[in-house]
Parts: sequence; C-alpha cells; structure tokens
Amino acid sequence: MKGLSIENISMRFDLKNGNSIQALKDVSLEIEEGQIITVLGPSGCGKTTLLNIIAGFLAPTNGEVILNDQVVLGPGAERGMVFQQGALFEWMNVRSNVAFGPRMKGMPKSEQNEKVQHLLEIVGLSDFEDKAVYELSGGMQQRVALARCLANDPDVILMDEPLGALDALTREKMQGLVLKLWKETGKTILLITHSVEEAVLLGERLLVLAPRPGRIHKEYKLPFAEMGSGMDLRDVKKTEGYTETRDEILSIIWEMEEEIMGKVESN
Amino acid sequence: MAILLIYIVVFVAAFYAVKIVTKTTTSKKDYTSLKTVTFGDESAVSPNRAASIISVLSIFMIWAAFTGSKLIPFHVPGPFIGELNFTYTAMNAMGETDDAQVTVVVYDVQSGKIPKKPNIEPGKGFALNDSAKIVAWRSGLIKVKRNDIGGKDSGYKITSINGQKISPKEEIFIDNARIFMTAKGTLNFVPEKGWQMQPVWLPPPEDVWSRLIWVASEGYKNFTLSEHLGWSLIRVVVGFLAGALIGIPLGYAMGLSGWFRGWFDPIVEFMRPVPPLALIPLVIIWFGIGEQGKIILLFLASLWIMTISSRAGVSGVKISKIHAAYSLGASKSQIMRLVIVPNSLPEIFTGARVSMGVCWGTVVAAELVAAQKGAGMMIINASKFQMTDLVIMGIVLIGVIGYAIDILMRIAENYLVPWKGK
Ligand SMILES: Nc1ncnc2c1ncn2[C@@H]1O[C@H](COP(=O)(O)OP(=O)(O)O)[C@@H](O)[C@H]1O
Ligand SMILES: [Mg+2]
Repeated sequence: MKGLSIENISMRFDLKNGNSIQALKDVSLEIEEGQIITVLGPSGCGKTTLLNIIAGFLAPTNGEVILNDQVVLGPGAERGMVFQQGALFEWMNVRSNVAFGPRMKGMPKSEQNEKVQHLLEIVGLSDFEDKAVYELSGGMQQRVALARCLANDPDVILMDEPLGALDALTREKMQGLVLKLWKETGKTILLITHSVEEAVLLGERLLVLAPRPGRIHKEYKLPFAEMGSGMDLRDVKKTEGYTETRDEILSIIWEMEEEIMGKVESN
Repeated sequence: MAILLIYIVVFVAAFYAVKIVTKTTTSKKDYTSLKTVTFGDESAVSPNRAASIISVLSIFMIWAAFTGSKLIPFHVPGPFIGELNFTYTAMNAMGETDDAQVTVVVYDVQSGKIPKKPNIEPGKGFALNDSAKIVAWRSGLIKVKRNDIGGKDSGYKITSINGQKISPKEEIFIDNARIFMTAKGTLNFVPEKGWQMQPVWLPPPEDVWSRLIWVASEGYKNFTLSEHLGWSLIRVVVGFLAGALIGIPLGYAMGLSGWFRGWFDPIVEFMRPVPPLALIPLVIIWFGIGEQGKIILLFLASLWIMTISSRAGVSGVKISKIHAAYSLGASKSQIMRLVIVPNSLPEIFTGARVSMGVCWGTVVAAELVAAQKGAGMMIINASKFQMTDLVIMGIVLIGVIGYAIDILMRIAENYLVPWKGK
C-alpha cells in the first residue's frame, strides 16, 4: 500500500535525574500519498519528536512507522527534510547544496547541473547557482532548502517549522510556494508549524496535538490548501469559513496553553 | 614619571588641536554625524586616524627628545658636558683658612674623545688648586685635600664651597653640579644629569636603525639577522604544524567518540591552563637545549589549543545539518568529509591563529633561556653586552613579525573559510 502510516507510536524520554517525559503516547495516523498535512500544537507537545521518528532519527519506544509497506528503521533519502533556517551547508554554494542529494546517489555531474537549474527555476532562484548561501536572505535560503530536498525526489517531505524564522511578508510568499510545489510535484507533505494561520492555510488535514503526553487532540479536514494552490492566499483568507476555523483552532490552542500555565503555577 | 606626564599632556593637546582643526576644515555629512546620540553607541566609534598617527609620532618624538636624537631639533636638557670650576675653603690643624680652585672636566664617554686632565697652577697658600675629570651621568670622588700642605693632618677639613658652608654627610648645589661630602670629608662630585636617558638605558632611534643595518650586513654571533629570525620562524612553523597534525585528529576523535573524550578529557583539561613557558625547565631536562627540545615545547604549546578548537568545531555542528545530510542519503564517511570537517574549519582557524601567536611568544622565551641562534637569543645576548640598541631593535622586529603572522593568518582565513561568522 502506498502512503505513510504511523502506528501506535509512543515515545518516552528517560532523563538522567530518574524522571521521564512521555513526549508522545499512542499516536496513530494514516497519510495517503499526495496529501498535505499540517501539525499544530503548543510548544513542547512532541511535534519535533514525531517528525524525528518519521524521519528515522529517533526510534520510538513503541509502535512503528511504515512507508510504502516498509518499516522505517533509520534516515533515508525517500523521506526528505526541510528544517528551520541554518541547515544549509555554508561552505557550499547554492548549486552544491541543491546537488547534494543527487551527488550522494552518484548522479553524473551534467545531470546534476540540469536538475539544479530546473529546481532553482521552480523555487524562483534562477541564476543564483554560484552564490554563496550566506549571501542570501532568509527567504531565499529556505527556497534553496526546498530545492535541495526536492532534488532527491523523496516520497514524503517532512518540514519542521520551515518558515518559522521568516518575517511576515516573506512567510506569506513562501506559503504560496509550498502550496505550488505540493500541487506541481504531488508529494506527500507533513508540515509542522506553530502558526495557526499557516496550519489552516496549508493543511488539507490539520492535526492539533495536545501536550503531556503528546497525542492527537483533534483533526480537521480543510478546503483551503486546495483553493490556495490556484488562488492568492489573501483571497483564500477572505473565503467563507476560514476565519471561523482559524478562531476555533486558536481558542483550542489558547485553552491548552492556559492549562499548561495553570499546571506550572500550581506546581 | 615626567615622561608619563608629558605623554598625557601631548594626548590632551593633540585631542583639542585635532578637534579645532577638523571643526574648521570639514563639514562632511556621513551617517554617524547625523546621529543625535552617539555616546554609548559602539557603532559610532571608529578609530580616529589622526589620533593613531599622532600617537605613533608622539611616542617617537618623546623617545627622540629624551635621547638627544639628531633626527629632531628639540630635546629635553641633556647632561652637563664641559668644564666647570668651584672654590673650596679649607681649615688646617692650626685653625687657619685658605681657598683653592677646582677645575672639573665632564665629558661624554660615547663620543670617543677622552680629554686629559687640565693642567693648572697650584696657586698660593696651603690649599692648592686641583683638577678632575668625570664622565657625564656618573659621579666621582675628588680628593682636593690630597695635594694640600698639611692636608693629611687629622684636623684639616673643608669648611665651605663657593662660600656655602658644608660639613660631612651634607650636600650643596653649585651651577651644573651637586657636591656631597662623605663621612670622611671627601667630596663626591655629581655633575648635572639633565633629563635625557643614557644610551645604555635607551639609545636614540637612529642608533637602533643603524644597529639594524649593521646586524643585517654583519650578522650577530655567527649568524646573519635573517638566519636568527628565520630559525625562530622555522621552529614556530614546525612546532605548530606538528601540534596541528596531532591535535586536529585528536580533537575530532574527542568530538566524535565518547571513549576518546573520556580518555583525553582529563589530560587536555589539565594541560590547557599550564602556560607553555612553565614547561621549559622540564623540556630542557628531558630533551636538552637543542632544536629537538624547542620543537617539542612548541608542539606542546599548539597541541592543546588545536585539540580544543577542533573538538569545539566538531561539537559545534548544528544537529539539523547532520540530519539534513543523512536524509539526503549521505553515508557516515560522507558526513565526516562533507559536513563535519568543513563545519569545523572556522573554529580550527581561530585555534590556529591563537596557537601561532602563543608559539611565537613561546619560541622567543625559549630562546632567551637557551639557544645558539634565534631572535630571542640575539636580544638576551645583546643585553649581556649592554647593547641596548640591539635589544630594542630585536623587540621591534619580534613585534613586527608577530603582527605579520596574525595578518597572514587572517588573510588565509578570509580566503579559505569565507563563511566564518556569517
Ligand atoms: N532528547 C531529549 N531528551 C529529553 N527530553 C526530550 C528530548 N527531546 C525532546 N524532549 C522533550 O519532549 C517533549 C517534546 O519535545 P518536542 O518534540 O521538541 O516539542 P515541540 O517540537 O512540539 O516543541 C518536550 O517536553 C521536550 O522537553
Ligand atoms: Mg519543535
């Protein structure tokens, strides 16, 4: 069966002082090929942990991740990652960064170059091949990161707050780009964010995680990602239901945050 | 003390002078000049070029003025040089008094011309005229009683000089000299020293310059100047390279393996705060004073710095970079080669710069202790012969080379790790 399935995942961190943190508890999720899913939740609820488990950087204490009928046992090129800023290789120019994956596969140089050119065009950075990455703005760097991830042609793209460090204007543009890439490439995308607006706009499905222990609190099926791939995101925000959905999710998150604060205070 | 005061006066005077000059001549409008608050704003502080130039010039001027340099026309008063006279009054055992004149020649020993004692008439009476010669900046006993008639009698004494009363353990001042009477009644003559430095303390700039030319052509103690400096440099480079060759892989191993880190942590943490100079005695005992000992000392000086900096370079790699490389399909060796090593280069370069500086200081110190050749040997040897000009020249050269090393390292850094600090 094509697709990503997360089965009963639990993750417990045993701390050195003898305590342990239940970062995730019984998380199950079926993702069909080509879906874009956003994950939202207060900070510390296990979003990054979930992503790291899917990527294969962490082994869950319970449960398993299955991608296209194969159990995930470690990192692999079929699951691409896009991180917050700072994960590009500064010692390489834009071309070498984007060509990193193909180079690892042993793709011939000329093919690599073609691929790089094509991908940079898609992310809107043609003619930037020879630039050093530290000369680029934050938004441009994230475009390079997207291109680098796509260069490996992964089945699933995992994004951990990829736009978190960008300013509001750049962020909006990049959200459009993510939707465009999703539509054009048909990839499965799992995107973590702490912005409710972003989660609502980009998620075909939106998962709200609750903390302590981290678990799926609620799931929404939303039409806005589909709209956004053919429409300006500002117009999407004006469509019916958007504001209501956003406010509803916002109040859920608020409630959780308040609960966390209450717990901290009563401690 | 006086020099420090003069320096402060020059500092303040130059500050106001430049302020007045720039106020009247420039009306440049740059970003900083448009700021309304600049105090406390670090970015508004840039080094004043005029201040730098005046600073260097004034140090040079003070140096020249206090050493009687021929390069500048004004000097602080020098020592008295020339002939001077004074009259003393003596009282013999019978209570009679008589006057006699003393002629003193004060001369500069550096000039090479050593004058004869002036010939003088003995004069009349029982106190007879005397003459003496004294080197500038020194003092001398003048035994004026020796030639006097009855001067060796127990009651014979000198009662006044130029009409001023004097008795044992007292001093009086005459023009250009101070005269002190010892407990036994002999006169100690101290000619006016002036404000200038003796050349053995601080030679004038032109002496240092001509010493440089002399050493550059003649060499010093069997080795040419470039051999002395070259040997110091070679020791530094070899010692540093040896330290880097062992230290960088060791640092990597410590950054990547828990066993290595556990094994070497206590050693590195202990050796790091030990100044390399403290190892000199032990290195001499173990390896002697030859080249081997020096190279080992410099090796030890750079080893810990390079180990620590490359370990920091490895542990400083962002985990997201490693994760990104893994999920792009890189193997362990590719991650090592393409991510960890390049990522650690900026740290290693910082370590290399520090290490070169420490090695340069250590080699000079080691050569001060024991060496046949090298910059440090040259200056310590010169100091034994009171060749202060050579000592100063050596210090200046050592400083210039140390500075040049740092600049070269910085250029290499900009070229090889341009992403550093970005
Ligand atoms: N390596 C680790 N060791 C111990 N605790 C961890 C570790 N990684 C994450 N945690 C804990 O697990 C919880 C979830 O963390 P994380 O997944 O980073 O949250 P999020 O990404 O949602 O902010 C947090 O309480 C965090 O402190
Ligand atoms: Mg996180």
